[in-house]
Amino acid sequence: MCLAIPGKVIEIADGADGMRMGRANFGGIVKQICLEYTPDVNLGEYVLVHVGFALGKVDEEEALRTYKLLEEIGALDELLGAEPPAPAACPIFPPI
Amino acid sequence: MKYLDEYRRGEIVQRLAAEIARTVTRPWVLMEMCGGQTHSIVKYGIDRLLPEGIELVHGPGCPVCVTALETIDKAHAIARRPDVIFCSFGDMLRVPGSESDLLVLKSRGADIRVVYSPVDALKIARENPDKQVVFFAIGFETTAPANAMAVWQAHKQGIRNFSALVSHVLVPPAISAILESPLNRVQGFLGPGHVCTVVGYREYEPLVERYRVPIVVTGFEPVDLLEGTLMAVRQLEAGRAEVENQYTRVVQRDGNLAAVELVHRIFEPCDRKWRGVGNIPMSGYRLRDEFRLHDAERVFAVEEISAQEPAECIAGLILQGVKKPHDCPAFGKTCTPQHPLGATMVSAEGACAAYYAYGRHHVQAA
Repeated sequence: MCLAIPGKVIEIADGADGMRMGRANFGGIVKQICLEYTPDVNLGEYVLVHVGFALGKVDEEEALRTYKLLEEIGALDELLGAEPPAPAACPIFPPI
Repeated sequence: MKYLDEYRRGEIVQRLAAEIARTVTRPWVLMEMCGGQTHSIVKYGIDRLLPEGIELVHGPGCPVCVTALETIDKAHAIARRPDVIFCSFGDMLRVPGSESDLLVLKSRGADIRVVYSPVDALKIARENPDKQVVFFAIGFETTAPANAMAVWQAHKQGIRNFSALVSHVLVPPAISAILESPLNRVQGFLGPGHVCTVVGYREYEPLVERYRVPIVVTGFEPVDLLEGTLMAVRQLEAGRAEVENQYTRVVQRDGNLAAVELVHRIFEPCDRKWRGVGNIPMSGYRLRDEFRLHDAERVFAVEEISAQEPAECIAGLILQGVKKPHDCPAFGKTCTPQHPLGATMVSAEGACAAYYAYGRHHVQAA
């Protein structure tokens, strides 16, 4: 129920009933969304959408920063040649 | 898809799992609060990537599952009326009430429509002025802004034939109820990322002080869930109990102020009964008196219904993290998604349905 997915804002317009509306692209599927709660969002930015409402902007800089940190996890050990403990076998993700 | 695919990368998932294994020195029990997180964990096998000793138990964060049987029966009583068009999110349709479900009522001729957004129900009301259009407004804090907006627009635009059957629930009182239960095993929480997108995480700060448990606001993708787990485990190993935010690309401490403002304008806190769990004080929202014209419970004056759950269903214990789906003798046998005994088997985000969908009924408890 609390499923919310990131979509790229491709249109912003005032709806017939005075609400700030728009359209977002979710990996090829385009849906109408309500932008009343994200008054500062611009075209091309990503919003998190739940039941047709944008609940917040996805912060691109923050995403990049934390993702870089994630990519570095364990990398130091690899450089130093340390042997990381083997994680349990996963049927979905192949080993590194 | 951007912001999804990166957080499903196997390489980073494996590294995080290895880092968790390196960090852990003793067993810990963590609870993910949100049903969407439960679904991801079971779908991607996140729990099976964790070192032995780190147990994930599944919280009550599926609003479809915890909507009280009495409320479901009320919904059915309203939906059966010939003057009503009853609108609901799709996942409520198969939730069993005392006698039937909305899908059965629909097959018997009730006008029941699945909507993607509460705004769609508003549109149906505008197009059908001779009918009463009732929207089943369930959900956690995540859904409250959308439902609040539908009521606000109905009020502002004078759409008098629109009402909401409100059964909103709130996360922090549920965390308190879980931690205060004598059966509690939970030592740390993966907090609900989308709830906190709306309300922020200030209200979690008194909880970690009071109960000395870490709460890590966590996203929904495999990388998010493992990073959240790592952050919680690091806190537990270091004897810390803080609110931390893993989901920084979306969640801010104050949440979405515009959304919170309208939610508080439309709703007020109230006691709420959770299916399988019981009454939790001040754990729900109801419409403020000002919006009573749009309150389906008042419009239709549905009588107080008291209802009985099937005795063999242990959904309540599962929702509190005390039991797992495969601890239930009915799981996968007399209780399946086709013939659910309790709500945790109905919604895709219910722990039982997620376990069933990903083949866990073929496996014995670990």
